[in-house]
Amino acid sequence: MDIVEILLKILFAILVVVVIMTIAAYSVLAERKVASWIQGRVGPNRTALPGLSAIPVLGRFLVRMGMWQPLADGVKFLFKEDPLPGHVKKWYYCLAPVVALVPSLSTVAVLPFGAYWVNGVEYPLVLANVDIGILFILAISSLTVYGIVMAGWAANSKYPYFGSIRSSAQMISYELAMGMSVIPVFMWANGPATGFGDLTLFGVVAAQKDLWLGIWMPLPAFVFLVSLFAETNRLPFDMPESETELVGGFHTEYGSFKFGLFFVGEYAAMAIGSAVFVVLFLGGWNFLPTFGFLPDWVANPWATWGWFGSVVSVLFFIGKTLTFIFLFIWVRWTLPRFRYDQVMNLGWKYLVPLAVASIIIYAIVIALWDTAVTVDHIKPETFGPAPQ
Amino acid sequence: MEIADYLPVLIQVLLAAALAGAILMASHVFGQRARGNYIKDKAYECGLPMEGNPHPRFGVKFYVVAMLFILFDIEAVFLIPWALIYREFIASHIPILWPVMFFIGILVLGLAYEMKKKGLEWER
Amino acid sequence: MPATTKEVDMQDVAARGADYGEELHGEEMTLNMGPSHPATHGVLRLRLKLDGDFITECDPVIGYLHRGDEKIAENMTYNQFVPYTDRLDYLAPLANNVCYAIAVEKLANLEVPPRCQTIRIICCELARISSHLLGLGVYGMDTGAMTTFLYTFTEREKLYSLFEELTGARFTTSYTRIGGVARDIPEGWLGRVSNFLNQFEPKIDELDNLLTRNKIFLDRTKDIAIISREDAIAYAFTGPNLRASGVDSDLRRDRPYCGYEDYDFEVPIGTVGDAYDRYLVRMEEVRQSVRIVRQAIDKMPEGPYFAEDAKKIHVPPKAKVLTSMEELIQNFMIVTEGPQMPAGEVYFEAENPKGILGFFIHSKGGGVPFRLKIRAPSFCSLSILPKIAKGLMMSDVPVVLGSFDFVMGECDR
Repeated sequence: MDIVEILLKILFAILVVVVIMTIAAYSVLAERKVASWIQGRVGPNRTALPGLSAIPVLGRFLVRMGMWQPLADGVKFLFKEDPLPGHVKKWYYCLAPVVALVPSLSTVAVLPFGAYWVNGVEYPLVLANVDIGILFILAISSLTVYGIVMAGWAANSKYPYFGSIRSSAQMISYELAMGMSVIPVFMWANGPATGFGDLTLFGVVAAQKDLWLGIWMPLPAFVFLVSLFAETNRLPFDMPESETELVGGFHTEYGSFKFGLFFVGEYAAMAIGSAVFVVLFLGGWNFLPTFGFLPDWVANPWATWGWFGSVVSVLFFIGKTLTFIFLFIWVRWTLPRFRYDQVMNLGWKYLVPLAVASIIIYAIVIALWDTAVTVDHIKPETFGPAPQ
Repeated sequence: MEIADYLPVLIQVLLAAALAGAILMASHVFGQRARGNYIKDKAYECGLPMEGNPHPRFGVKFYVVAMLFILFDIEAVFLIPWALIYREFIASHIPILWPVMFFIGILVLGLAYEMKKKGLEWER
Repeated sequence: MPATTKEVDMQDVAARGADYGEELHGEEMTLNMGPSHPATHGVLRLRLKLDGDFITECDPVIGYLHRGDEKIAENMTYNQFVPYTDRLDYLAPLANNVCYAIAVEKLANLEVPPRCQTIRIICCELARISSHLLGLGVYGMDTGAMTTFLYTFTEREKLYSLFEELTGARFTTSYTRIGGVARDIPEGWLGRVSNFLNQFEPKIDELDNLLTRNKIFLDRTKDIAIISREDAIAYAFTGPNLRASGVDSDLRRDRPYCGYEDYDFEVPIGTVGDAYDRYLVRMEEVRQSVRIVRQAIDKMPEGPYFAEDAKKIHVPPKAKVLTSMEELIQNFMIVTEGPQMPAGEVYFEAENPKGILGFFIHSKGGGVPFRLKIRAPSFCSLSILPKIAKGLMMSDVPVVLGSFDFVMGECDR
């Protein structure tokens, strides 16, 4: 690998991080705006940029939509006093926000967010098309809990301690259900049509040309979605920061951009979680499922458009992800919050058994389908690369 | 798959850490300066001095959950390679469904036993 | 931190097994919840002893909002104390004003005209709606449903605009006077109240849809902090909290004042006495209050809004003070010495949104009470906390507090 290629990769990585951070910042705005619409309020509508906001109609509109609010929030975080209280464990106190942010920005490395086509063959647009795909995402995203635990421990105060203890137990409980709910997906995706022995997310998307897995695997999709809510600490599962009992939860003692990093990390995790859901269950950047009888171009109408087609596929993927971010926000401002023991009960007594049940059900269904339909029509050359 | 394929992952991790570090530094440099005082250096406990130890020993329940997680997560990890070659084995007429059902059955039994023993109850 | 060791007697396994129920699962932790905490609705402080997430001991510490209202009353004339009653249950100042005014009228043996009584009933019931709206909204927020809080607040804003039009103030209204009300209702105000009620009923149904059958809300509130009938009576519960425990008691019906006997309304009663019942009772009371206000608007009588024989109590109109000698002297006497009351003791209690608010007045004659005692419902509601909080989870505390719907201004006085 030569130096130019590495530099290119670094540039690519920077671009991806910028996009993710922008999405995170603007999902904060979306949260505030959607919340206020749901609650019959106006929401942020004052922040103006000199110059840009003077544009006759558009400028006013952007100000009304609060388009510059994330900028103002960032600047506010930046110029606030950066407190380092006397009672905290200083090193871990400063390290915790970094640890909370890094996993959510790292998982994006293996996440395919679009595709490009060379001579009709689809290749993923991804930073690193590593073959452990989903395992990497599950493993790294669960590291976020270390940031929270560290924050709670370093703050040397009772409310953060409560928040961090609860959060660690909650996150590991739901991770189990989450990990199990993706097994049926990979069981199906590693099929005769797409090749075997592959954990990459690109393979999952390629397997969804005919049918999005959310349609034919609603149970795992549901388990995954609920676990995703719990993993990203969103209401109704926001135990670590349930403000009516734990004040600020694990970030009670934090201020300035240290708090801001937790905040951004949470939204970045939410954005990436939505993206993973879209990849696993909603066909990634595919336009529509073909259902086996529609013409093939329906899956990716932009496959022949060259580089512009890739851009469209990325935009389409981001669009699907934003829909899910909206779902997260919508749920947050509609539902009350679970109690802690109820959260744990739901995780262990409903979601884990549901996930196991879905593994069993889909194993049997796939076995029946394959013996009855697929195997007889299979040709040896469609098997893909033989396992070595 | 070569190790070089993981280079972007390393780049991404370093980039994320650098970004977080840079933001913290910037916030430290640009942030307003203010003198600390007695109140500021105290932990938040609703406006009163803190009583007792901020990190008491916690209920053993949490450790039980942690152990259960490790047990079941390892079993889930065992299932992943199986899922990857599942359809291939079926296509090659190698029996794979029932042996794994047996494995999952043991897993389910463990979970049922755990529930029966009230290992997952949060009531005192 | 010094290491601590715990001696374990291995021989006595059976005895240890028997004690297991009482044994702590972790280390006991003392946690201050309040006075500056989002769940404590003001400045209540709870000293919690926690074993993990479970409460082993709860000790409410009150007094952070103590202003000595009862002592203040001894140093000012009867008329001057009216604004202080606003600050008791500051979520329903109109109802407090009415209760205090009736107490003093009872001492002075005054009979207020029917129009004044009807206005007062509208005031009381609108105050009840406003207070319950806040209680329900905050209850929703305590369980995590932030949106309900803003929905109810929107309705309260509309109510406050009506209050402003009626009394000149949105929050601290000080509307009643001893022997009447401060001013007559404005032109067209009743119509606007009626309009408000018409659009309000769908809104309360909306709140109903959001919370009443919500599974998470039910999980959070059902069978939490059950207060038995006996306990509710023993701890002097009143108002919605008492009725939720299944005690059929409502002063508006049992001991009517202000002419409540002429109105048609039902008293909702709970069956279990848990936090969910307290929510249901409040929901239904809001609907009943709407009914009462509708009836009051329909039957609003004409006539004076002020008792004719209250001349010695109430400050005469300014125009008359400037033109007539007699009114000038009366004005001077009332302002300097206060309205002259007969000696005696009187106790009056009214069904306020939070429960029974009572005023005990001991007068030795003259314009200043010798002693004024306030019976505050929130104080009684909070007194049961040490008993019911034991064994609850820490996450239940906001729900329990929200279900009591207390106000520290009234509790601490």
